[in-house]
Amino acid sequence: MKVLVAVKHVLDYNIAPRIKQDGSDVDIAGVKMGINPFDEIAVEEAVRLKERGVATEIVAVSIGGESSKDTLRHALAMGADRAVLIQTDVVMQPLGVAKLLKAVVDKEAPSLIILGKQAIDDDAGQTGQMLAALLGVGQGTFASAVTIKDAEVEVAREVDGGSETVVLKLPAVITADLRLNEPRFIKLPNLMMAKKKPIDTLAATDLAADFSPRLKLAKVAEPPVRKAGVIVGNVAELVEKLRSEKVIA
Amino acid sequence: MSVLILAEHDGKHLKQSTRQAVTAATAWQLPIHIVVTGNAIDAIAQEAASISNVARVIKVDGAQFAHPLAEDVANVITAIGKEYKVILAAHTAFSKSVLPRAAAVLDVAMISDVISITAPATYVRPIYAGNVFATVESADALQVLTVRATSFDVAANGGSAEITSLDAPVANTQSRWVSEEKNVSDRPELASAHVVISGGRSLGERFNELLDPVALKLNAALGATRACVDAGFAPNDIQVGQTGTIVAPELYIAVGISGAMQHIAGIKDSKVIVAINHDPDAPIFRYADYGLVADLFDALPQLNAALN
Ligand SMILES: Cc1cc2nc3c(=O)[nH]c(=O)nc-3n(C[C@H](O)[C@H](O)[C@H](O)COP(=O)(O)OP(=O)(O)OC[C@H]3O[C@@H](n4cnc5c(N)ncnc54)[C@H](O)[C@@H]3O)c2cc1C
Ligand SMILES: Nc1ncnc2c1ncn2[C@@H]1O[C@H](COP(=O)(O)O)[C@@H](O)[C@H]1O
Repeated sequence: MKVLVAVKHVLDYNIAPRIKQDGSDVDIAGVKMGINPFDEIAVEEAVRLKERGVATEIVAVSIGGESSKDTLRHALAMGADRAVLIQTDVVMQPLGVAKLLKAVVDKEAPSLIILGKQAIDDDAGQTGQMLAALLGVGQGTFASAVTIKDAEVEVAREVDGGSETVVLKLPAVITADLRLNEPRFIKLPNLMMAKKKPIDTLAATDLAADFSPRLKLAKVAEPPVRKAGVIVGNVAELVEKLRSEKVIA
Repeated sequence: MSVLILAEHDGKHLKQSTRQAVTAATAWQLPIHIVVTGNAIDAIAQEAASISNVARVIKVDGAQFAHPLAEDVANVITAIGKEYKVILAAHTAFSKSVLPRAAAVLDVAMISDVISITAPATYVRPIYAGNVFATVESADALQVLTVRATSFDVAANGGSAEITSLDAPVANTQSRWVSEEKNVSDRPELASAHVVISGGRSLGERFNELLDPVALKLNAALGATRACVDAGFAPNDIQVGQTGTIVAPELYIAVGISGAMQHIAGIKDSKVIVAINHDPDAPIFRYADYGLVADLFDALPQLNAALN
């Protein structure tokens, strides 16, 4: 069974984004980047499926510029077998990403496609569902457990107020939530070995006719800051303050 | 042209977030329709019809909606979506699964988690865990979006919309529902509670023992950090933050929480934030209106006693 995993190269999750002087966008020049944390979980799940003898081949795919190869190498070091970079300098939005991923899925014909539930830069959380729609297959969003059963996959999903289990026919699209697994730590030798694994580069323009952004980013701004509060001396003082604010009885 | 809202309910009642979506929809000054999918949903359709400003309720009753699957609900939206100018819903797990799927079929972009509608096709939405507010414009003829419920008022009753029925599309064959595990709690719902008290991983096994009594007295919902949930001290559906539930209560009490930006992203719109942490340098104090530097194992019992 072939598994395809989509990985996005994003600003490191520990770093607070900086806004460009003209407010046109976030400035990512020279800032530490890495694999989207949810995509790392997606790769880990694929690798575990392979270790359990369920998956036979893992293909990692990223859409973006040359620097996205760093994230593909991360996926290869974790255990992906090969990688595909869909190269473009166009600013990507979920619908365009889904269209390009569909083109790769049509070529590769994987049984399972795993994405992250959201990219931590645009916080959109749309691409997996859009890809499933374009492919006309079932979707298991916010997955916290994935079990392959013959020609189907059982997915436990994190939903508001609890969890839900669904079964999808393969091929299917899954989006990884935080609790699906804990990604392994990459050891240096694996990183060295990953350098020998192949990364194919395809031009986005060869794969899909229309992947251009539909939404125009008019501007970005800092959110309003909360004004600093006061430190109270003890619990009694705290309760008194909250009563005078009328937030407690 | 009208605005279509995808309703959400628990089989008995509409979710409060659907009423907040109605308020967001008034921005267009167009007739508002609500589509309700479910099984035996007459009472819920009635409830939707009584929300002020709603012109029509479209009831889609079908056995497959007893436990709705995104694939089936998306088929309803795509069947009628082209007739609308705007399709919107609250940014919840349900709508987040359905609307992107429908948008892709309709070949339009989607705008997630909108906190403000500044012009009919101009939206403000948080990106990078709420560290940046982006203003985006959409040129699509059909606008598909989810709105952050807590950013909009709860629409009141006062309407009397007509209720129409639509045949349910045939059930999809790619997915099927198996089971669910809902965490039953007599506490208010996290996303809409007036008071939320959350704990971090430092509460350990004593999470419920220490927080429950205070939550009971304050009629508060319980929340937790990711670290606390990951460690197994709290259930995952009460994680608050960028990738959990976003809350905006009157009062948010953070106990033993460091204040990582992913957590702050989910609480920033609270009216009053209280932090209890024994580390005076904990980042949470930068966001708190009232900070108490104390050991939580002392402070929580004291707080509980003080609320008598
Ligand atoms: C992609 C991604 C998404 C994430 N999404 C979320 C999210 O949605 N929500 C979320 O919460 N986190 C999220 N996180 C995790 C986040 O970065 C932090 O790791 C997490 O919020 C920390 O939880 P904590 O405050 O419980 O633990 P810690 O950071 O370990 O902090 C513990 C705090 O407790 C205090 N403390 C310890 N003992 C006591 C005591 N006896 N009395 C008083 N205070 C005490 C310490 O001083 C410290 O400040 C995410 C991370 C990533 C990478
Ligand atoms: N440029 C990209 N390259 C590869 N995968 C992507 C890209 N953008 C989004 N994805 C995938 O889609 C998921 C959800 O992204 P989003 O819908 O943007 O929040 C991510 O976690 C990735 O798995």
